[in-house]
Amino acid sequence: MKKSACCLAFAILSLPALAGNYAVPKNAAFEEECASCHMAFPPQMLHADSWRAMMGNLSRHFGSDASLDEKRRTAIADFLVVNANGRKTGNTRDTAGKPLLRITETERFVRKHREISAATWQRASIKSPANCVACHRQAAAGNYDEHAIQIPK
Amino acid sequence: MRHILIIATVFFTASAQAETPRDFLQRFEKEAGAAASPERGARFFTTKQGGEWSCSSCHTGTPTQAGRHAKTDKAITPLAPAANAERFTDAARVDKWFRRNCNDTLNRVCSAQEKADVIAWLLSLK
Repeated sequence: MKKSACCLAFAILSLPALAGNYAVPKNAAFEEECASCHMAFPPQMLHADSWRAMMGNLSRHFGSDASLDEKRRTAIADFLVVNANGRKTGNTRDTAGKPLLRITETERFVRKHREISAATWQRASIKSPANCVACHRQAAAGNYDEHAIQIPK
Repeated sequence: MRHILIIATVFFTASAQAETPRDFLQRFEKEAGAAASPERGARFFTTKQGGEWSCSSCHTGTPTQAGRHAKTDKAITPLAPAANAERFTDAARVDKWFRRNCNDTLNRVCSAQEKADVIAWLLSLK
């Protein structure tokens, strides 16, 4: 009895921590190679097929050359694929059947941000929908909980 | 015989890593077969060379200061060795970033002369 009450209390206490939990698993190569140009986007935010497609075309990475040596490329691709979560993102392919490459194109992202106007996205303090931390101040720690959102002026 | 070759290659590769910025300047000057020009490096760095961005679009025109990625806004630590002791000390990194960034700014690889000029200019900044 005592044990189950304890478990229940623990489960309830951990709920707020679980909500919006997108902590990026530790990976030195991912950190060095990907997060040197942009924030470390959580692998959980895309489907494994998307990460595979992206890591297969790094010399044309959203308009930039992000090419890597083969050893590092496969190591990072493996890390992303293992930690991917397609179930959560909704649709994983575009209308032509190709894997989505942008987190911002996933159903989940679009649905969660439907109240944000184009003018808000363009604010100097935000710049682009890829700048998670502008509003999700604790994004670096994996916290995208809506209670932790502060949209800058 | 084959083993000796492999060992020699390993030694040669090892000696080519963990270098100083001056080592890279010398390496590229030797490859170019001509002395570097800091003035030419400054011009090259701060003006567009065919692409949408120049080096200074992200690294600023005063690379003793921190820069920001032109697209993602991610902070970039200073590029000039006087302001950042980690720069130009690892051959794999130097080659990787020249490969990527030359492709982004010139749509081609940089020549050894261009690399030498840029490093000479960066080394002149205090």
